[in-house]
Amino acid sequence: MKIHFEKREKKPSTLLIFLASLLSILIAIVFLGFIILSLGDNPLTAYWQLVSWGLGTVPGFIQSLVSMMPLLFTSLGVLIAFKMKLWNIGAEGQFQMGAFAATWGALYLFPHLGNPWLFIPLLMILGMAAGALWGFLPGVMRAYLGVNEILSTLMLNYVAIYWVNYLTYGPWKGAHSYNFPVTAEFPSAAIFPQYGTGGLNLGIFISIAVAFFVFYLVKYTKLGFNLGIAGDNLRVGEYAGINVKRMIVLVMVIGGAISGLGGMAEMSGVLFRLQPNFSPGYGYTAVIIAWLARLDPIATVIVSFFFGVLLVGSQQLQLFMQIPSSLVNAFNGILLFSLLASEILLHYRVRWVRL
Amino acid sequence: MNQDIITSTLSGALRAGTPLLFATLGEILAERAGVLNLGLEGMMLMGAFTGFSVSYITGNLWLAVAAATLVGGLMASLHAFMSITLRVNQVVSGLALVFLGEGLSGFWGHGFVGMQAESFSSIKIPFLGDIPYVGQIVFDRDILVYMGYIAVPVIWWFLYKTTAGMNLRAVGESPEAADARGINVVLTRYIYTVIGGFFSGLAGAYISLAYTPMWVQNMTAGRGWIAVALVIFAIWDPVLALIGAYAFGGISVLQFSFQIIQVPIPVNIMNMFPYLFTIFVMLFASSNKMKKRFGAPSALGVPYSREEKT
Repeated sequence: MKIHFEKREKKPSTLLIFLASLLSILIAIVFLGFIILSLGDNPLTAYWQLVSWGLGTVPGFIQSLVSMMPLLFTSLGVLIAFKMKLWNIGAEGQFQMGAFAATWGALYLFPHLGNPWLFIPLLMILGMAAGALWGFLPGVMRAYLGVNEILSTLMLNYVAIYWVNYLTYGPWKGAHSYNFPVTAEFPSAAIFPQYGTGGLNLGIFISIAVAFFVFYLVKYTKLGFNLGIAGDNLRVGEYAGINVKRMIVLVMVIGGAISGLGGMAEMSGVLFRLQPNFSPGYGYTAVIIAWLARLDPIATVIVSFFFGVLLVGSQQLQLFMQIPSSLVNAFNGILLFSLLASEILLHYRVRWVRL
Repeated sequence: MNQDIITSTLSGALRAGTPLLFATLGEILAERAGVLNLGLEGMMLMGAFTGFSVSYITGNLWLAVAAATLVGGLMASLHAFMSITLRVNQVVSGLALVFLGEGLSGFWGHGFVGMQAESFSSIKIPFLGDIPYVGQIVFDRDILVYMGYIAVPVIWWFLYKTTAGMNLRAVGESPEAADARGINVVLTRYIYTVIGGFFSGLAGAYISLAYTPMWVQNMTAGRGWIAVALVIFAIWDPVLALIGAYAFGGISVLQFSFQIIQVPIPVNIMNMFPYLFTIFVMLFASSNKMKKRFGAPSALGVPYSREEKT
């Protein structure tokens, strides 16, 4: 017996892709059920806990939106690079650097700037610049020296994380933090407008706006058009007159800036102070979200929200059922595998051949 | 006083380098066969968790190591199926493996945090262990460190001096030619991907049973990713892997020595060094001149099928 693959003639329709994604999620849910069972818990109760808070209550829904924001920023950050088949998994580091730069600006560069109309845009620019730098470095190394971007972005993630740790444990430790490794709180002019007390803030709307910006960028600009060509085949891209090297750097810079803006938004919109481990790995989950959304910016909004619900739900699970929240990571892994497999089934006809 | 610090730093380098060495050796085998497995971190975490939990439950260290090794191989076989049979993107499949390992080990390991289990202790080798300075550093370690010493020449010999090793390299360099010579490309790739997983599982077990004998969530702390980078540093050569692994181990323990002799570099800055150093090494190893001389296996990461010649 041997498995035989035949390339399908037609490209799969949008409906088929949607159904395949849905099926992948379903398969992942079933597998996850067995894992939950292995600890002796009832999977159905667990699933109910996982989604009922985020989808069924107003505060839960707002919490999910707040959780969606960093995921959406970082997903959009990796998405553009993925379109070009650049494996940028540096969103985590770019996100952290963005948060660092925003904190730097808010607490040290211009702490006495009273005007939020000036202060907040300045911090946004700082956050984007720091994230862009963290994308620029691996971009240049990839384009001009051939350094594998997967590894360089990963290594830079760790550098960024330790940088934040260094600052918060060391020189930036707040005066009123009771020796905890957190910085002082942002001045009020550096904080995003908040709507109500549930955490709803301007950053969430900015993240959605960025999604539309990326949609426009990918669909209606020359850069977006060239992304696909260069992504399919770098050499063809060069023949088509695209400066592929410059484009690699550009794409990494744009992606980095978006993730960096996410870090800034997390500071100004949600946390108001820098602390170690303020990101539970948003930048890595972003990779899955971008894939699940099939690199479509608008679908990314929906998928990010779905993951926001899961994130909030997993905290509920830990609180009320003592189920470790790392369960979500296991789910992500299984989901990614089933997604990959469905991708193959979409593009190939699979047959068992008797030898 | 300085004498002690040097001794403890060097022996610490060997201990910290051993899990890196195992994982790197395994990945060298897999990549030599043409399969890129980025999931080392996930396999190591599952190895660390399995090793610790089996040791805790049974009290049998060797059973624990065997189980951890097996689990590493099991996870690798999933990657093998995805990347060799289904021919999916190997980068994404490797990432999925990391998520899966982090999630499952964190989930199942939750109840083992703070427990104590049987762990490996140093065994002094007679005669060799009495050599001044060197003996204390090199030959007064636990048995898994010794296994690392032995694994390197064995794998080197296997890769370069045996028919099986030649076939393995052929599959990674030019699968078409290997296929024409009657080598089963698919089977070869499966075998070495799974063997690579065995090594990662073992590497994880070393961390939870010898290096820091306990279980903490995400305790491998990115060592799996460092091992992926070390493969490049070592240009797919087991002997260079040994040098690289111990050098990286050395950098990671240096922070403790620096604290003792009060070098004024903050711990968190020291922690960046292995990662910055990896980037630096990649800058050097990726230059075109270096690539031409010591390149990656040509078919690395490229799925093979007889029908579809691309």
